[in-house]
This record gives sequence, C-alpha cells and structure tokens, in this order.
Amino acid sequence: MDLFETFLNFEVLARSFPMLLKGLWLTLKLGAASILAGLVLGLALCMMRLYSVRPVQILTRIYIDVFRSIPLLVLLIIVYYALPFVGVRLSPFASAMTALTMVSGAYTAEIFRSGIEAIPKGQFEAAAALGLGHRQTMVDVILPQSIRMVIPPLTNNSINVVKDTALASVVAMPDLLKQATQAQALAANPSPLIGAAAIYLAFLLPLVLLVSRLERRLNRGKA
Amino acid sequence: MMSGYISIRNLQKFYGHYHALRGIDLEIARGEVVCVVGPSGSGKSTLIRCINRLEDFSADSAIHVDGVPVLPGANLAKVRAEVGMVFQSFNLFPHLTVRQNIMLAPRRVRGTTKAAAAAQADQLLARVGLATQAEKYPSGLSGGQQQRVAIARALAMEPQVLLFDEPTSALDPEMVGEVLDVMRDLAQTGVTMVVVTHEMGFARQVADRVIFMDGGEVIESAPPAEFFSAPRETRTRNFLHAVLDH
Repeated sequence: MDLFETFLNFEVLARSFPMLLKGLWLTLKLGAASILAGLVLGLALCMMRLYSVRPVQILTRIYIDVFRSIPLLVLLIIVYYALPFVGVRLSPFASAMTALTMVSGAYTAEIFRSGIEAIPKGQFEAAAALGLGHRQTMVDVILPQSIRMVIPPLTNNSINVVKDTALASVVAMPDLLKQATQAQALAANPSPLIGAAAIYLAFLLPLVLLVSRLERRLNRGKA
Repeated sequence: MMSGYISIRNLQKFYGHYHALRGIDLEIARGEVVCVVGPSGSGKSTLIRCINRLEDFSADSAIHVDGVPVLPGANLAKVRAEVGMVFQSFNLFPHLTVRQNIMLAPRRVRGTTKAAAAAQADQLLARVGLATQAEKYPSGLSGGQQQRVAIARALAMEPQVLLFDEPTSALDPEMVGEVLDVMRDLAQTGVTMVVVTHEMGFARQVADRVIFMDGGEVIESAPPAEFFSAPRETRTRNFLHAVLDH
C-alpha cells in the first residue's frame, strides 16, 4: 500500500462522498445558527456591559471573561453530559449550538465593545446635542460606524465558530468530521478524513483571505 | 425670579478635586448674542457645555433654558432639541452624506417626513453656501465647509439657542472668515447665541455683550464697545493686552 492509496484513495473518497456532504450540511447549519445567535447574544452582552447599572455590568463582565477562558470542549461536555443530571436534556445539535453560542457571544461582545469604544466621544456629544436619545444615538450614529470596524474581527470569529463545530462530533452529532471518521472506520482507510479537511479548507480559506482584504481596505481608509 | 432666557445660578463644576467653575451667575436674554472670551483653562468651554448638560454639574447649581430646568432625565432631550451646538472639531457623522447629516435629527426627534427634511436640508445648505455639496461625505469637504455643514445641522432643529464652542479654533486661517460670515448672518436672525471664541474682531463687531472668564469665574461682562475700550478689571486688561497687542 503506497501513500496515495492510503490517504488519497479516490475509490474510498467517492464512496464516502455522500456521507461527507450530509455532514457538511449539518456543519454549515450548526455554524450559521451559532454565529447568528452569537451575534445577537454578543450585542446584548455588549450593551449590558457598557450601558446598564453597575451590578449588571459586573455580572456581564464575569460572564464574558469566564466564557472566553473555558475550553469549548469542556463546555460542550458539561452541556451535553452534565445538564441532564439537573433535568435539562438537549439534543446533540442543541447542545453544540448552545455551547458555541455562549462562547461566540462572549467574544462577539468584546469585539462590539472595541468597535464602540473606538468611536470618538464627539460623535456621542453631537448626537446628544441634537436631542437624539440613547437608542437613536446607537442605531443611527454609533453602530453603523462600529460595524465597519468590526467586520474583520467578526469574520475571524465566525471562522473559529465553524472550525469549532468539529468538536460537536464528541457528542455524537453527525457533522462533517463525525461522518468522515465513520466513513474512515467503514472503509478501514483514512482518505475520508483528507476529504473532510479539503472541504473545510474550501469553505474557510476564502473567508480567511476575505478578512485580510477587508483589513487592508480599512487600513487604507485610515491613512 | 428668573430674568434671563438662559438663567445660570451658582454654577459649580468639579473635575475630581479641580474646581473648574466657581459659582457662575449669568442671565442671557432672548435674542442676545454673547461672546465668552478668556485664557485656555478658564472654564469657558465647560460653561457652555453645561448649558445643554454635556457636562454634569453640582446639584446645588441651577440652569434654566426658557424656564425649563436642565436636569438629567426625560426633559433633557427636549432642552437639547431647543439648544443647538457647534463644536470645535465639527463632529459631523462620517458615515452619512452632508444632506443626511442635516436630516437625521429632524427625522428622528421631530418626526419630520423624509421629503420635508430633505427640502429643509437643501435650503439650509444654500444658506451656508454649500448647495452643491449635499451628496458628498464630510471627509470630502474642507474644514471650513465641514463647520458650515455642522451649523446647518444645528439649525435644522430650529433651535432657540445656539452654542458655539470655539467654532474656528480647529480651522486653517484662510477658512475662519467663511465660518464667521455665516455666524454673523445668524446673529441678525434673532436666535440667542453664546459663542466661546478667540476671535476678538468677531466679538467686537457682532456681540451684544462680551464676557471675560478666568480661573472658573466671570470676571467682567460688558457691551463690546465698553469691554474693549475701557475694561474695568486688571485681569481683563492684561488678557486684552496679551491677545490684541502683538
């Protein structure tokens, strides 16, 4: 058996391809759902962190710091294996989405905060002097400017979320990686894993390149 | 009890331990144009920033605008809608076009229709001499043009009071005149104006009253003819000597 037959066995790859596609679909669904939920959670956390009463600010800050520190795999295992002991039983998809969203929300909150804090004080003052309320100031003046700045780091975070979906295979969710390892077991050949790697790359490499381009463009605007 | 349109009583402001405003009492009549002059750090910017409460001030101080106390809470946005402000650094919204900058507050605060706000914006732009610039973004304008847009933006709320916080200090010298010209026209319209400025020529020609501040206090307040030719206080004389005779 030579290297190609072992790792790039086209016959095995072709046979496992339908399985991989099924896994890919689930990976993308999980990734998209977690990214969107993480954005909503992150924006809410960021607003609480910056503009709520002091005790809520402190709690929010603790949440953000804890969920940026905890390894996602540990969190996932807690959500899937430990929560049933207190009566919360989530499906593999719901467990994975919960864990991914909680962590992504914490990172997103910090990204939004940096975007808001980068806006000069004069913008807040001009809006206030015109009689705009807090909500109007955020929606019409501050966030539209912040969003441009945070698109590159948000895209980076989204790439991380999609990569982290692979961890869901440990809670028996048939995502792309899980399908690949199963196909590998069936065929007694690791080619499906290489196929999965190629599929991850095909989706994420363009995003990585996009971030670099966006960052270059934003920096050009600054000069 | 209250005599002025803007009434300031015992205005105290602390930055930590630093006593920035030391009990200012000031009455400004409706339609009056007041120029506030003084050395850097004298508290003149802080004073006008208190009028629309961009700066907080001590609880034993009181400011009323048209009889309405300037207190935090639901009334504050209403006061601010009646009190326009022009900043040293323009503070235009960079993500909006010039026209959108002017339309935003009337649309959101007054509920003006889009068409009416756009028509008003174009009218105001014509008034400040920028009729052809409506579609541009602020970054495409010179400093003088940006400041004139900022004035138009403040005027769009049809304010009773206009506060100017060193409106020409960030401008290249050749652009100061175009902004002062717009302000001079405004002074004829009967709007109440409080102008913090280093432009002594403008104060002399346009102001109804000049106020000299130093060390967080109002040292002298007089009509410009008297203020510039026969200042009563030594500190005023020293200041005028330093800024005029060089």
